[in-house]
Amino acid sequence: MEILVALGEVFGAEKLVEIKSAQISGISYDNIGDEGLEWLESFNARVVVKTFSNPAGMDLNRWREMGLEKDFFQKQMRIINALKRIGVEITLTCTPYYLETPSLGDHLAWAESSAVVYANSVIGARTNRESGISALASAVIGKTPYYGLHIKEERSPSVRIIVKRDVEPAIAGFTSGKIVGSEIPLVEFERKVSHEDLKAFGSALAASGGAGMFHAKEITPEWMDFETPSEKIVVDEEEVFDECEPDLIAIGCPHTSAEELKRILEMLSRYGSPKKKLWIFTSRNVALQNAEIVRKIEEFGARVFYDTCMVVSPATSEFDCVMVNSGKALEYLPKLRNVAVTFGTLENCIRRAVK
Amino acid sequence: MKFGARVISKGYAEGYALVSKKPVSFLGDVSPENGVIVDRENEIYGESVSGRIFVFPEGRGSTVGSYTLLRMKKRGCAPAGIIMLRSEAIIAVGAIVAEIPLVDLPEVNVVEEIKNDDFVRIYAGKEGWIEVDR
Repeated sequence: MEILVALGEVFGAEKLVEIKSAQISGISYDNIGDEGLEWLESFNARVVVKTFSNPAGMDLNRWREMGLEKDFFQKQMRIINALKRIGVEITLTCTPYYLETPSLGDHLAWAESSAVVYANSVIGARTNRESGISALASAVIGKTPYYGLHIKEERSPSVRIIVKRDVEPAIAGFTSGKIVGSEIPLVEFERKVSHEDLKAFGSALAASGGAGMFHAKEITPEWMDFETPSEKIVVDEEEVFDECEPDLIAIGCPHTSAEELKRILEMLSRYGSPKKKLWIFTSRNVALQNAEIVRKIEEFGARVFYDTCMVVSPATSEFDCVMVNSGKALEYLPKLRNVAVTFGTLENCIRRAVK
Repeated sequence: MKFGARVISKGYAEGYALVSKKPVSFLGDVSPENGVIVDRENEIYGESVSGRIFVFPEGRGSTVGSYTLLRMKKRGCAPAGIIMLRSEAIIAVGAIVAEIPLVDLPEVNVVEEIKNDDFVRIYAGKEGWIEVDR
């Protein structure tokens, strides 16, 4: 509560507002260490609203297959048990909106930066970019300070971004984030984009920059509610990354949707079994609802891991070059996992895996 | 040079300044083991924030950054104090929980005015002050 009052005071919140759900980040032992683990173990309260959790550092059941040690497993499980005691649901996913989609105008206290952007932009729910700790504090009292993106006027865009037809949305997000920082952009995509494209764009935007939302012209629910900003940026060229020969192809940052799993299976059926390691990350929930698709993907020799991802699991550090279709992973893998990265569309990633 | 600022996390801190011209993520840009800047695109790459007054424009990236500040504090490699142009929940909460004095919205553009290794004092009580020795 002290944390929330301090935040509310600092940011001039006139009141607290009730939230429909919370989502907390800082679940992987690799990210929060013994200090975070001990802080969670000593946390003495229970949540009063539905509280989702971000990915952990491993698949809770198949961690050995990911090459992780028992020591890591034990520390990670202590974090999971501490979360259970607090009443947090062990969803371990960065895409909680695939489990339960909030409604337009719902107030939330979500922490995962890509989920914050998706909830605000694509769904039209309202959440600030919470820290793992402030989201947990909000979950305990069921309320969050009313400031920032909870207020309609604060959601207005301040810059226009034109994304040219041949630029991949994931790369456009990565490039835009560096330019706009924490400003909210109104994005005009020249090509037709899917919800998965918007997920890829937003997650990259939030990783390389600090924005909590974007509007997409003629697509997202609130884009018409504000004036069109005058400042304009055109993203017409794809950033070039050093080419490296991947020893791992990793898909699922953010976690794959049912639709993406289906597409991966179609491509494997067309191109054949992967010759390189192909790891796909999704939530346990989405996987169980698409069990047959997951089973067939694994029959081709790819691995579908749950509860974790290539960014937050130390398993990825064992490789030299990782190929991804994610702008967020491009930002974090070199820094957190100390590996080289190379980019391709989902289709190019699968084709490279089978070559 | 002395000027006002908004208090986010209370306390007094002093030390030599380390100034980042670019926004900082405490997950990925700074090592939690020793406080060293590991973002290669930052001109202060390789410098340590440990015991320094860390000055930067704004936060970016991961929401896990609060935990990193807590980790660094417990390991003794956290910055002594933080000055930002504009703060947000992630670094604000990290500083409050880790008890690192933090002020923002300074009266002058600190990223331009404060230079690396200037001796800086942060007074973050009822009111916020920044004092810079040259």
